[in-house]
Amino acid sequence: MSNSIRNVEAKKLSLDGDLDLECGQTLSNIDIVYETYGDLNSEASNAILICHALSGNHHAAGTYDDEDRPGWWDSLIGPGKAIDTEKFFVVCPNNIGGCHGSTGPSSINKETNETYGPDFPIITVQDWVKCQSMISDSLGIKIWHAVVGGSLGGMQALEWSRLFPKRIKKAGIVAAAPKLSAQNIAFNEVARQAIINDPDFESGRYLEKNKSPKKGLGLARMIGHITYLSEEAMRSKFGRELKEDKLNFGFDAEFEIESYLRYQGDVFSESFDANTYLLMTKILDYFDPAEKFNGNLSMAFQEIEAQVMVISFSTDWRFSPDRSKEIVNALIEAKKNVSYLEIESPHGHDSFLFADKDYVNGLSSFLEN
Amino acid sequence: MNTLEVIRNWVKKDSDILDLGCGKGEILKYLSEKLNTSSLGIEIDQSNINNCIQSGLNVVQQNIDEGLDNFKDESFDTVIMSQTIQVLKEPKKALLEVTRIGRESIVTIPNFGHWSTRINLLLSGKMPVTSSLPDKWHNTPNIHLCTISDFELLCEDCGINIIEKRFFSNAGNENFLTAFLPNIFASTAMYKISK
Repeated sequence: MSNSIRNVEAKKLSLDGDLDLECGQTLSNIDIVYETYGDLNSEASNAILICHALSGNHHAAGTYDDEDRPGWWDSLIGPGKAIDTEKFFVVCPNNIGGCHGSTGPSSINKETNETYGPDFPIITVQDWVKCQSMISDSLGIKIWHAVVGGSLGGMQALEWSRLFPKRIKKAGIVAAAPKLSAQNIAFNEVARQAIINDPDFESGRYLEKNKSPKKGLGLARMIGHITYLSEEAMRSKFGRELKEDKLNFGFDAEFEIESYLRYQGDVFSESFDANTYLLMTKILDYFDPAEKFNGNLSMAFQEIEAQVMVISFSTDWRFSPDRSKEIVNALIEAKKNVSYLEIESPHGHDSFLFADKDYVNGLSSFLEN
Repeated sequence: MNTLEVIRNWVKKDSDILDLGCGKGEILKYLSEKLNTSSLGIEIDQSNINNCIQSGLNVVQQNIDEGLDNFKDESFDTVIMSQTIQVLKEPKKALLEVTRIGRESIVTIPNFGHWSTRINLLLSGKMPVTSSLPDKWHNTPNIHLCTISDFELLCEDCGINIIEKRFFSNAGNENFLTAFLPNIFASTAMYKISK
């Protein structure tokens, strides 16, 4: 991709302290894999933290030496882009519980010398944010100029503004919701059942048995993928196009959309860990900052000091504009600094990954004002 | 005084302001600089919104015609609606909403009763096109224009108190003509109102 940062390298750090998790357990010896783009200024005042979503990782932008495929948010992060690496020092860690190098279900528990597998504790968005604050300490960043994320990443940005009001100047919350709806949880549950019922899942101990629940994980991804696209996007991209010119009267993939989903499922199941996927869906399901405030979201926002920008997309039905507006209205009620943009975009929930002009202008104005 | 200066006199220091149809945010920016107000703008146009954001203003993209139920009763010290009511589908409903949300409100309207529009219509027999109303009838965003008398009647109908009112000429100033016969000589009218 043009205008991408080249020769990006993933770095690793080991966190000093323990992390007390919301579930009551404690996580020690935490390793974090992360990437950075741009340069930290001498006052350490230009750092932006990027929070990844369900299937994301630390490789947010640029390309590696030996690979052309750019990071997942390369459309927005880079020189002259919405999150401008000529102005900002951008940090993206792989969250704990992930499966791309940070401590997670597929890593070795250093206390038992065995793979965590299904014994990895259930993490919450709050745990992630606390862990990211430990990462900030390690990197010498006292205050983030901004914390930005899409979808589940946006939920982390929101939690940052609540839990560490003094450490964050701006929060960019993109294509997110203040909590999952019953429909959202339902999709997650179907995805979980697909994984758990794969015979190769082995109650989560598939790694020890040299197996992998690829069918289940692929199916989970297919379900997820449907919810990321809009009806409009699917229709214009695939319509009812057939792979061959005729119907074969069988159950093989005949329509283009079928083979697309199968392909997405296959690729994903090769590179993602099933236990991590289960964990990520739980993290989403549990997220509900208002819960401790009798469901009153504006009460949950009382401590926020950051300038907040909420962005939604017209065709996103996973976390629709109305869900984003719940965050906005609660912030207005709590008399906080909030701006809101509703971008016309055909790409459904995935819109947050595309560099739409209005979206780029809005986000960059917010980060740079 | 010009319109901005009058608004400044009508707004209290450190108060919180909601500007419905805030445009590029000129009023909010002016008030926050002069009176340290905290501000929120509602705007529909994307490029206007970007201007607001670049000025560091809080701005929410929302279509006023789709309702303002997301704002609680008397949740702002002052609600401003400047040169906006005439583009809305339901001006009466909007006016009631403005006075519901604000403890006080400031509404500015273009006066269709100005002598130039009267003469324009009288002589040409066509819908007036003037310097302050430059669009033709079929492509104007101003779908609910009114005169000063019309607006004051509407306030009366709605049980809204007019606390203060000021009238401005085409040049944006107050003079003896605008004070003497506002419905003929004022091109803009500004009202401080409450429920």
